[in-house]
Amino acid sequence: MTLAFDIFTVVAVSAGSFFFMAGTVGLLRFPDTMTRLHALTKVDNLGLGLIVVGLLPRAEGLLGALKLLSVWIFVQLAGAIVSQLVARVARREGRHT
Amino acid sequence: MTYVFVFEVGLAALLLAIAVWTIVVRATFAAIVFFMIYGLLAAIVWVRLFAVDVALTEAAIGGGLTGMLMLGAAARLREIENSGEKPGLPMRLAAGMLCTLISAALGIVVFSLPDVAPTLAPMAKANLAQTGLGNPVAAVLFAYRAFDTLLEKVVLLLALVGVWSLAPDRVWGGVPGFRVYAQPSSILVFLAQLLPPIGIMIGVYMFWTGASYPGGAFQGGTVLAAMWLLVMIARLQPVPAISLRPLRLLLVVGPVIFIAIGLLGFVLADAFLAYPAGYSKPLIIVAEATLTLSIGVTLGLLVAGPPEWKTQQ
Amino acid sequence: MNSATLFGFCGAILVGLGLFGLITNPQLLRKILAFNVLGTGVFLLFGVIARRGAAAGLEGDPVPQALVITGIVVAFSATTMAVVLLLRLYQETGEATISPDDTSAGTDGSRS
Repeated sequence: MTLAFDIFTVVAVSAGSFFFMAGTVGLLRFPDTMTRLHALTKVDNLGLGLIVVGLLPRAEGLLGALKLLSVWIFVQLAGAIVSQLVARVARREGRHT
Repeated sequence: MTYVFVFEVGLAALLLAIAVWTIVVRATFAAIVFFMIYGLLAAIVWVRLFAVDVALTEAAIGGGLTGMLMLGAAARLREIENSGEKPGLPMRLAAGMLCTLISAALGIVVFSLPDVAPTLAPMAKANLAQTGLGNPVAAVLFAYRAFDTLLEKVVLLLALVGVWSLAPDRVWGGVPGFRVYAQPSSILVFLAQLLPPIGIMIGVYMFWTGASYPGGAFQGGTVLAAMWLLVMIARLQPVPAISLRPLRLLLVVGPVIFIAIGLLGFVLADAFLAYPAGYSKPLIIVAEATLTLSIGVTLGLLVAGPPEWKTQQ
Repeated sequence: MNSATLFGFCGAILVGLGLFGLITNPQLLRKILAFNVLGTGVFLLFGVIARRGAAAGLEGDPVPQALVITGIVVAFSATTMAVVLLLRLYQETGEATISPDDTSAGTDGSRS
């Protein structure tokens, strides 16, 4: 059973890291602010989510699992709000074309 | 060469690269953003050095609050962004050689540290049960070296008085000038309504759990200060005038209670800041609680800055 | 070489980098930023000493760790005072730079 959990952890964390890398490549290579924000949302939601889900079997009890999930929720909240703010400033300064 | 060591080499290399970029990049805003990233990476390095309390403090104060302070200052200094002549090449070469020399000397010192490191860990661990705490760092901060923590809090208050004293005479006692505010319908206002209750709970939890697990008064107080700053930026609460009596009361309640507990040590135990046997944990918790509140208010006011207007705008 | 020594070298290099930024950058806000980089490097050196003092079941010597926590808070206080001084200087004189080659300074803060 632990072997299955370990394989699940490795697969999920690797998939999450892949999304992290994809988002970072997008951040570096996309031409302007709006598209870069779009790439970064993949990192916040999918990347971190897969890593958190992959680490859940290793959490200590229900409380540890809830703490991990709350980390993901807070990062999503912060990411969503900051993306809105950055996009508003980018549109105001005319950098979205 | 284990996998963990490869990760640590990568982490150190990334930290150095970010530090170089912070020093070298031309735009001040970019430099400050990289400085905040540098603070967060340093927090991960602290976790690898098995100092989780320090990691929490570095992430909160070193990365977050200092970055926020710098961003506010950079916003005000935007007009003179690229002024000032950079020094000529001979000066930079001389500075580079000096810095390389100092780094090399420090590296040699690190390399030649004695094999059997002198340590106070056994002594700290042996006396831990007597203090009633489970976290050795909290025991050092509030029992073994409580005087240092008291002085540190007083230094924070003195810095606040110093910041206030830089206001012009005519606005003394007035309202700090927060220059950047959120638009009224902005999503930042939504965040300022959603996050502070959770943030306050997290801040209090960090202080409470600091007695047995990593955490503590400074880390929890910083989270409280951050929530207060968020509420002030979103204009949900006005920035208070610094002459308000309740505000000044909140600022001093921490150090005053700490000093009172210390003087109580003269009466009940043998020395200043000595705890009577069996009562050390309750006294420490009381001191830490009021200290957390004071630290939150002090850090928030430090970032808010000196007064700029006499009355509320 | 174990991880503590690795991070010790890292801290030593950070001290040098911060000092270089402090000396060469003419803008005062960047000097304060470099000073903080320098400070974090010094704290990392403390952290190495704490890590090497792991004994008696603890993963690190708690006394240097507590000293570093105190140091971070005091460094933040000093940075705040420095930034407020800088903003006041800018308010009074309209300048916030110091060039290392600058040898002429007016009596009321004006520089030629």
